[in-house]
This record gives sequence, C-alpha cells and structure tokens, in this order.
Amino acid sequence: MDSVFFDTYVWPALIVTAHSLAIILALLVSLAFFMLADRKIWAAAQLRKGPTMVGPFGLLQSFADILKYLLKEVIIPTTANKPVFILAPFVTMFLALSGWAVIPVSEGWAVADINVGILYIFAISSLGVYGVIMGGWASNSKYPFLGALRSAAQMVSYEVSIGLVIITVLLCVGSLNLTDIVLAQETVWFAVPLFPMFVVFFISALAETNRPPFDLPEDESALVAGFMTEYSSTLYVVFMIGELANIVLMCAMCTILFLGGWLPPVDIAPFNWVPGVVWFILKMGLMFFMFAMTKVIVPRYRYDQLMRLGWKVFLPFSLIWVVLTAGFLQYFGMAS
Amino acid sequence: MTLTSLAFYLFATVAVASSFMVIASRNPVYSVLFLILTFFNAAGLFVLLGAEFLALILVVVYVGAVAVLFLFVVMMLDIDFAELSEGFLQYMPIGATVGLILLLELLLVFGASSSLIDAKPMPQATPEGMTNAEALGRVLYTDYIYFFQAAGAILLVAMIGAIVLTLVPSNNPKKQNIAAQTARTRDEAVETVDIEPGQGI
Repeated sequence: MDSVFFDTYVWPALIVTAHSLAIILALLVSLAFFMLADRKIWAAAQLRKGPTMVGPFGLLQSFADILKYLLKEVIIPTTANKPVFILAPFVTMFLALSGWAVIPVSEGWAVADINVGILYIFAISSLGVYGVIMGGWASNSKYPFLGALRSAAQMVSYEVSIGLVIITVLLCVGSLNLTDIVLAQETVWFAVPLFPMFVVFFISALAETNRPPFDLPEDESALVAGFMTEYSSTLYVVFMIGELANIVLMCAMCTILFLGGWLPPVDIAPFNWVPGVVWFILKMGLMFFMFAMTKVIVPRYRYDQLMRLGWKVFLPFSLIWVVLTAGFLQYFGMAS
Repeated sequence: MTLTSLAFYLFATVAVASSFMVIASRNPVYSVLFLILTFFNAAGLFVLLGAEFLALILVVVYVGAVAVLFLFVVMMLDIDFAELSEGFLQYMPIGATVGLILLLELLLVFGASSSLIDAKPMPQATPEGMTNAEALGRVLYTDYIYFFQAAGAILLVAMIGAIVLTLVPSNNPKKQNIAAQTARTRDEAVETVDIEPGQGI
C-alpha cells in the first residue's frame, strides 16, 4: 500500500470514524443518565425518591434496565410485517444519533462542521417520524396504527413552525453554519431579543419529539402504548434510546439557536475559565430539566387542540415574527 | 478511480435499483419506502455536485413532508394484492408502447445534445466565493423575484381551489369555540353545594 493512498483516503476515514465513535459512546452513556434524571425529577415533583437501589443513589439504574431489556426474548407478532417491524426502531435510533455529527459542543469540536449544518439537523429531525410511522404500520394492529397516524400528522404540523423559528434565527445570523450561529450570539443570546420565538421553539420541540403534554402517539390512557404497543425487549429499548436521543438533540439545538452554545453567560474572568463544553452541557441540562418539568406539571392535550395550536396559533405567530425581524434588520441596516 | 466517482457510482446504482423497486414491489408501502431511498440517493448525488443546500432541501421537503403524506395515504388504503396484479396482462401492451416511445425520445434527445455538451466546459455549481444558499437566494429573490411571487400566487390559488372543491359542509359541525373554552372560569364551572345528610340535591 503506497503512502499517498493511505494519507488521502485511509487516514481521514479513520479519524472521522474515531470521532464519530467517541461522540456516540459519550452520547449513549450520557443518555443513560438523562433517562435517570428524567425519572428522578418526575419522582421529586411527586414527593417520591425514584430509583434508589442500583448503585449509589440509583445512578446505575438505567444500565440495569438496558441489560434487562437486552436479555429478554424478542417477541414479534405473527401478523406483523417482519422486515419493517425490525427496521423501524433502528431507523429512529440511527437518525437521532446521526444528527450529532454536526453539533459543535465547543469551538471546533464538531465531527463535521458543514456549511448547511442547521438545515441538516432540521432534515434529520423531520425524518424522525419514519420510525414511528413504520413501527405503527408494521405492528399490524389497531392501537399502534392509530398512534402512527397521529404522530405523522403531529410531526409534520410542528415542523412548519420549527422551520419558521429557524428562519428567524438565520435572518439574525446570515449563515447556515452552526458555529457561525453560536459566534453571532457573543454580545447577546438570541433567547433575549427573540424570546417569543424561543417559547414557540421549545413547545414545538416538545411536539416534535412526542414528549408530554403532546405524547398523543403513545397516549397510554387511550392507545395502550401507541406505536410501541407490540414492541418488546431489544427492539423496545432501541426505540426508547432513539426517542431519548431525539429529545437530547432538540435540547442541543435549543442551546445552539437560543442559549449561545458553548459561550459563557458573561465573558468575564471566572466564567470564561470554564471550558466551553462544560457550558454546553450545563445549558443542555437546563433545557432537559425544562422538558422533564413540563412532563410533570402539564396535563396531556386533546388532539384537536394540538392541531389548532400548531396551525392556527404557532404558524401565523412565527410567520409574523419572521416578517417583523426581517423588517427590523433591514430598517436598522443590520441585515448581513 | 477517485473517491468521488466511486461515491457517484454507488449513489447512482442504488438510486436506479431502488427506483426500479418502487414499481416492482407488490406492497405499496414498500414502494414508498423505496421511493424514500431513491430520494436519499438523489440527495447524495446533489452533494457530490456541490449543491448541498439543494440536497438537504430535497430531504426536508420530499422525504420529510411529501413522502410522509404518501405513506400516510398508502397505509390507510385497503388493498387486495392479488386483485391488483390481475389486470396486468390486459394493460401490458399499451404500457409497453408508451414506455418504448418515451425511451426512443430520450435516446434521440441525448444523442442530439451529447455533441453540444462535450463542447462546453463543465458548469460550476455556484459562482466563485458564494455559498449555495446565497447563490440560490440571489437568483430566486433578487433576479427573478416577480416570477417567484407569481409562482407562489399560482400555488396558493391551486391550494385554495383544492380545498374548496373537496370541502363538504357538514350538517353537524362539532365546532369548538376556543375563546369560550379558555374564558371559562372556576366560578362558572364549579358550584359548592352544602347537602344535608340523607337529603340529596
């Protein structure tokens, strides 16, 4: 093997693979703790202790759960469409993990710092619906199918308002690159001037990831467990990891678009000593705490209310904000 | 053989194979899933051409929205697969004729234009020093803004027309009055009644 071939093709490929493996490993381990945090917050709000038995303070509970799911027997219903049934959870997990390829967790710390990064994440998050819809259809049973149909309509609807929120941020930045978006917030985080858009984005992110109060696709009081009803053991846990990875991806997206990514809250001595990645994780943790608290305190929406909120409230509201932001930037000569 | 041409052949082969599977597979849901795979590979080809914005828009619009609606409709169809393939022989001659004519026309066009293409240098995806989004935005929103707006207006009219044509007014519209629902207070909805034991209300 001559060294030119090695230097041009093999070595870069190895580096990218190593980067990707490192970020996936870090992500999967942190997902276990995010899962635990979700349960602990839920428990604390209801004056319970949550999981306490596995490891100190129950810290290893998620690992025990994952092990349990992996060791159980995989049950596939006889009438299910087998290939699609098995494919669906992997589609969900693969998409949720591949979104992380472009997330800059600190300055220059992205596997691929591509020019159209935000569009890539938007595309990935809009594809998340396929896992749900395929799983629901392939189960070949009533409740999963209803869950899949609900989810398809819901996610397509809220994508529209998420798109418009992203456009508002892009107008202020003038670039589709995620690093540029973070660096544009050095003076002030976009959560301040674009606060209403931040709220719209947060609520739309809840709907896009099927989190309560918008978890109608797996509405347990009406649809058993929605599209996941027929899933068990390994396939179930893959679905769960995919959903959680999607939620954490949305938290990261919120952090990058509105909370200044890896930038410290104020650029003075004790704060800017802390490495950027710590700020990024702290902000993501804050967003996840808000996701978890919403699950605790807000009752589930009715489906028609959900559709009304998406199409008749968020869509016109965010459209007006896009027009206002564009007009403001143009009038004061701040358009880039 | 560079890496780019290797990637091109991979994407192109999978795109052609999966688009063949779209029409070949018996189950319409599989057809839509293969259609999605075709879109992905087309997006990959766009990236190879240096049009990454177009590639991602293709994924967002066609895979993220249009194909979801296709899947939505196809999944709700109640189809007997055996019945579906019954009329195949009856329609085969006319289908084959149409396909043959199309193939001949395509070959003629390619044959005529290949001599022209060879003479010109390979066109650039974007002008120098400009990103994809910038170049597209300049063309759509600056150079041809009126045509773009006219296209938008036509689409709007088409959409309203489709809604008007398919909207069936219902005799019993279960309309929700959201303003009345949210304006409701505790005093209107709940009444505390002090009941004597053994009396009832």
